[in-house]
Amino acid sequence: MEFKTILFYLFSTITVIAALRVITARNPVHAVLFLVLAFFNVAGLWMLLQAEFLSLALVMVYVGAVMVLFLFVVMMLDINIERVRAGFWSNLPLGIVVGGLLASEMAVVLSGKYFGLANLPPQNLPANYSNTKELARVLFTDYAYPFEVASVILLVSIIVAVMLTMRRRKDNKAMHSSDQIAVKAKDRMRIVKMAPEVELPASGGDKA
Amino acid sequence: METMVVSFLQSALGSAWPTVKPLWPLVWTLAQIVLIMAPLLLSVAYLTFWERKVIGWMQVRIGPNRVGPWGLLQPIADGLKLFFKEVLFPAAADKKLFVLGPVMAIAPALAAWAVIPFAPGWVLANIDAGVLYLLAVSSVGVYGIIIAGWASNSKYPMFGAMRASAQMISYEISMGLGLICVLMVSNTLNLSEIVMAQSKGRFASYGFDFLSWNWLPLLPMFGVYLISGVAETNRAPFDVVEGESEIVAGHMVEYSGMAFAMFFLAEYANMILIAAMTSIFFLGGWLSPIGFIPDGFHWLAAKMAAILFFFLWIRATFPRYRYDQLMRLGWKVFVPLTLVWILVVGIWMMSPLSIWK
Repeated sequence: MEFKTILFYLFSTITVIAALRVITARNPVHAVLFLVLAFFNVAGLWMLLQAEFLSLALVMVYVGAVMVLFLFVVMMLDINIERVRAGFWSNLPLGIVVGGLLASEMAVVLSGKYFGLANLPPQNLPANYSNTKELARVLFTDYAYPFEVASVILLVSIIVAVMLTMRRRKDNKAMHSSDQIAVKAKDRMRIVKMAPEVELPASGGDKA
Repeated sequence: METMVVSFLQSALGSAWPTVKPLWPLVWTLAQIVLIMAPLLLSVAYLTFWERKVIGWMQVRIGPNRVGPWGLLQPIADGLKLFFKEVLFPAAADKKLFVLGPVMAIAPALAAWAVIPFAPGWVLANIDAGVLYLLAVSSVGVYGIIIAGWASNSKYPMFGAMRASAQMISYEISMGLGLICVLMVSNTLNLSEIVMAQSKGRFASYGFDFLSWNWLPLLPMFGVYLISGVAETNRAPFDVVEGESEIVAGHMVEYSGMAFAMFFLAEYANMILIAAMTSIFFLGGWLSPIGFIPDGFHWLAAKMAAILFFFLWIRATFPRYRYDQLMRLGWKVFVPLTLVWILVVGIWMMSPLSIWK
């Protein structure tokens, strides 16, 4: 058995177990961490398929950024695990239907009979083949416009999300650094000029 | 090197060699990992000593000078002490995650060294996607702090974890965008090739190699990268994650003994890593500054030492950032600056004035 085969079975076993634990773990924080583990092992599987760019991007984007924010949110929540599990048996039939559909669709894609995957010529790639470069070439030449449109849509959704959630409160006491830096001494302090000694005015009627 | 060892083993083991051969790649890789890790952990130990000495001198004190000649055995004594201390588990802590926290902090800090080239050919894994690997692995480091903060089941560690996750993700963005400029001008993701791309240029042809390195044409990015690096390692003046006057020690409050020491090892290993990455991306890695002087590992070591001294220096001189100012610097100053500079470099490269042809 090749070493790669051992790695494949290692990664895929951990992925499946971790994915199962995501939905069976009682503590939501544990579930999120199992999801991170599943992502990590999927990245390992993609690396075995020689898709190093996708694999590292998965670790960087999902594990490094998305899941951190996810974990952040879940850590803040006080989830009552009994209430989440309350409707388990009544929702089970629907869940089985959806899960069965997903599994059968994946089987259709992965068996490859209907997409001609079996007839693809075997790939003999040169040693210096870089799929990062190939991916970039396709994205920025053949699919430049769709790629740009997709990024603009993402940008719009970011701005919309910020605008929808931002509210200006009247009692907000947040300080603005630029205002603080722009402060001059005379805004805060008044210097009064006065003579060091003041002679008492001579009062009438009092003779020494 | 590998062929020499293999031929020696073949002659020494004789007929036993074919049975050992399948295990050879594993043994060889492990040997190389030890060869990188041992000096790294030794430099981590002496970086803590150097930090205490340097900051001592800057504050007109002497610093550690009791243990061994000139205090040189101080880090060994500290390590021994921490080894023999008990690791306490808070009663309400999540035990498994409490142990996982320090491990997740130190593992990425060490794993990133796999792709760092120390000299021509001196690299464990000379992969084409080296920069991507570095970004991916270093983005995992934040989990150690978050898990430790949550698993402690205590207030200050939780605050530390919250601050860490926000701060490290923010500064990762400006670091990554700063690196995009480096990738654009060097036209590769391989770290060795990024270093070699800096050996060419007009100034290099006159013998002034140090003016051809990336720091000069990408000066704003060099600044952004260096400052973001300090923030990424949670060092002063960006150490709000563990700010002792605000949240005691953040995620480390409940840790003791070796578990506590792991966070420190991770912090200093990350500092050395950032120093190595800055030297490779902007300061020409192992290249010598003047044309006729031979290149070599000692140049990389010297550049890393200079950057590490800079880290210690700013720790001794600057007061801690306020949290909102820190976020403002990351999002409102660095990210726009890097985005504009990517555009500037792109136009510069396409214009007739391009220096990267």
